[in-house]
Amino acid sequence: MDNTNTLDNTSDWTFEKLESYHAKIKQVAQSYRLDTYPNQIEIITSEQMMDAYSSVGMPIGYSHWSYGKKFIQTQQGYHRGQMGLAYEIVINSNPCIAYLMEENSMTMQALVIAHACYGHNSFFKNNYLFTTWTDADSIIDYLVFAKKFVSECEEKHGIEAVENLLDSCHALMNLGVDRYKRPTKISLHDELLRQQEREQYLQSQVNDLWRTVPKSGPKDELLKKHFPSEPQENILYFIEKNAPLLAPWQREVIRIVRKISQYFYPQKQTQVMNEGWATFWHYTILNTLYDDGFVGEKFMLEFLHHHTNVVHQPAYNSPYYNGINPYALGFSMFVDIRRICEEPTEEDRHWFPEIAGSNWLDTLHFACKNFKDESFISQYLSPHLMRQMKLFSVTDDSDLNYVIVDSIHNEEGYRAIRENLAKQYNLSNLEPNIQVYDVQVDGDRSMTLRYYPHQSIPLGDSTDQMLKHLHQLWGFEIKLEQEMDSGEYETLATCPKHAK
Amino acid sequence: MAHFIDRRLNGKNKSSVNRQRFIRRNKAQIKKSVSDAITDRSVTDVDTGEQIVIPKRDLSEPFFHQGHGGIRERVHPGNDQFQRGDKIERPPSGQEGQGSGEGDASDSGEGKDEFSFEISRDEYLDLLFEDLELPNLEKKEVSNIEEREIVRAGYSSVGLPNNINIIRSLRKSQARRIAMSGSKRKELRVLEQRLSELQPFGDDKETEIVQLKNDIESLKEQIAKVPFIDDFDLQFNNYISQPCPSSQAVMFCLMDVSGSMDQATKDIAKRFYILLYLFLSRNYKKIEVVYIRHHTQAKEVDEHEFFYSQETGGTIVSSALKLMHTIQQSRYPAHQWNVYAAQASDGDNWADDTPLCHKLLEENILPNVRYFSYIEITNRAHQSLWDAYEKLTEKRPEFAIKHIKEIADIYPVFRELFGKQQAF
Repeated sequence: MDNTNTLDNTSDWTFEKLESYHAKIKQVAQSYRLDTYPNQIEIITSEQMMDAYSSVGMPIGYSHWSYGKKFIQTQQGYHRGQMGLAYEIVINSNPCIAYLMEENSMTMQALVIAHACYGHNSFFKNNYLFTTWTDADSIIDYLVFAKKFVSECEEKHGIEAVENLLDSCHALMNLGVDRYKRPTKISLHDELLRQQEREQYLQSQVNDLWRTVPKSGPKDELLKKHFPSEPQENILYFIEKNAPLLAPWQREVIRIVRKISQYFYPQKQTQVMNEGWATFWHYTILNTLYDDGFVGEKFMLEFLHHHTNVVHQPAYNSPYYNGINPYALGFSMFVDIRRICEEPTEEDRHWFPEIAGSNWLDTLHFACKNFKDESFISQYLSPHLMRQMKLFSVTDDSDLNYVIVDSIHNEEGYRAIRENLAKQYNLSNLEPNIQVYDVQVDGDRSMTLRYYPHQSIPLGDSTDQMLKHLHQLWGFEIKLEQEMDSGEYETLATCPKHAK
Repeated sequence: MAHFIDRRLNGKNKSSVNRQRFIRRNKAQIKKSVSDAITDRSVTDVDTGEQIVIPKRDLSEPFFHQGHGGIRERVHPGNDQFQRGDKIERPPSGQEGQGSGEGDASDSGEGKDEFSFEISRDEYLDLLFEDLELPNLEKKEVSNIEEREIVRAGYSSVGLPNNINIIRSLRKSQARRIAMSGSKRKELRVLEQRLSELQPFGDDKETEIVQLKNDIESLKEQIAKVPFIDDFDLQFNNYISQPCPSSQAVMFCLMDVSGSMDQATKDIAKRFYILLYLFLSRNYKKIEVVYIRHHTQAKEVDEHEFFYSQETGGTIVSSALKLMHTIQQSRYPAHQWNVYAAQASDGDNWADDTPLCHKLLEENILPNVRYFSYIEITNRAHQSLWDAYEKLTEKRPEFAIKHIKEIADIYPVFRELFGKQQAF
């Protein structure tokens, strides 16, 4: 064998070996046109990995008891052998920070470098959700700011006060994101809102002026303005801007939680794609290294062992079945797209006329850039893959005492399965749709929220506690209404509770 | 460009702040667990932490989520038998396909009822003795304490061979060699330079070359003669002995085991001793415990006998005080030991003996101890011993008495005895 070309294949890693593997991987990745942020690769111990776990993977964050709880849970699970730790954590920042665990063998480190530093990294840099929603350049600085700000607040206002506020914010974190608005419009929207606020302020001054003057005519109810003029889905944002009693520091804390939630929002929407993309590339890159003779069979066997573990999809009746494995689905889809491009069948030509036979690399990069899980699946899930995974769709209507198989992987079922699977990744179907509907601006300042059920799925049992959190932030009465099938609205709960 | 950064040496306890926050938040529960745990421990068992169990509902982080019911469509892999239109019995508990929809829900709602975790020994003691302090700690000054310890005190040029500091010594030796041979080396370099310049001319400069070679030879010899190591290079680690505050304590447990003390009363006393022991162990490295039990006579015994053997007969408290004084004088001199004592009794004593107790305490014992606490465990009215002791408390700040009626009183009484705001 040519010694100058092969990489050292002993299983212990050293920094020199990491460098040489990384150089090769980088070379291969660039040959596939993977465009990445610069990499910052950090070697950490398993204890540090647990720290990283409990702080949702961020290298720095403000202090909160819930992270302590998560840490204790992780630590216990790990010490008792109930769970392993992930091989890697990667952070969407510029430079892109990836953690490697020191326990990993050299093969694992190579896998992780290919997976995280080139797979995830290029996804972060190119996918439209990440480029529009997150700012990789500033996230670390922002987290530093947040940590400092929160600890200053703790000094000034006491740990208790800050903790209570954060509890409430964390509870509403999922409702602190803009789902449909585009961030470019946010500034415009902000401007409009500020303008509105100024208007309201003036209005209130005007009202005060007029209040002392005897009313001359009958009050025109029709002129009464509805506030907010349109229902608001970003509840934290609404509270931050409109809650009457909050101090400025409290608004800033809400803003911090909201920003962090927004930062993670794209990750929630692209789990299948992101993991699939990274898995596809570690698989492709390491295989290229093997084909070019840089690594040997020993390396490949260890790598394939881990790889197959990662992309294993248990069947629905397996005791290990826990939903669809995003790694497996994503990886299979990207492999399948490549197959459609390189060796299209008649069926593929019929289903995917625009990509069958095209350049696979171009097609893959296009897919990476322009989709999220939902749209990715409805665009690219092929009949071939549905047959391979033996997908079937089940409808569970709580009014019936059985569930119905409504489609299987056959000609009539392909479209329905594809549609249902795509919906399964649509966050707006999974998270309850709750919006701020009305605030009694000139009444008792109570806030009315409306829940719009998706396919008549009711709200979970946390509702009462959630209203308490909302009440704490808003400071006045909270009402939650649900839209019934009849189109009418029924009050679900209020806080503080009224004796009715 | 990629950077590899080795973070392994960075602290691993980044989460400890959050862990503390977690403990702080659940302090009420944890404290309850901690004080419950006292009951099950042996007096000297302080090396372990404690398992803490918190009801899960106190830890929930709620968020709005979808409940059960409604219409759901789910896609599953691995179809091996189903055809379109098949009706399947609903899998139990509605958990069918617990996919991403309820991915985060495990923290709230169903699941384990309790969240249990371990706190360390230090956390345990901190929680147990929060806001407490040792009385009279500042009184004993370093000057009148005879305990000394050996500490490192830099380096010295004299010392025993086994204390040689090799690095320092060789460093000095090298410095000396450089200093002593410096000018000669310089000369040598000049000569060698000259020699290499002359070499090409060979025979022409024969004599000069020979002369140079001789000079170089002799210079090299001189340099070689500078000793590698010399007496005054030697550096020794220096140790001095320093007076240090005594870090050892002795705790005397005195207990009445006469017929009137039943097992329940003794258990109460035991818990008090455990608390005291734990509390002392937080402040002192080494603690010895002396158990003295008495009825009409006093005897030094081991822990098991102290708590679990039953005696009958009357009560003479002074016998125990005398024995304690004797033991303290012979084995635990007050200038070396921090002496603490705790006496538990149901208040019975021969009336004639009480003045003697008062005298013994005031004259012999209290001057030698840091703190003497007396707890009376009884539901009856106080007797003469209490009255005599009560007088003493007014005069002597290191003496304290408290009354315990039932188990629940122990911890509060203990906190009262050692509370920070105690105005002695």
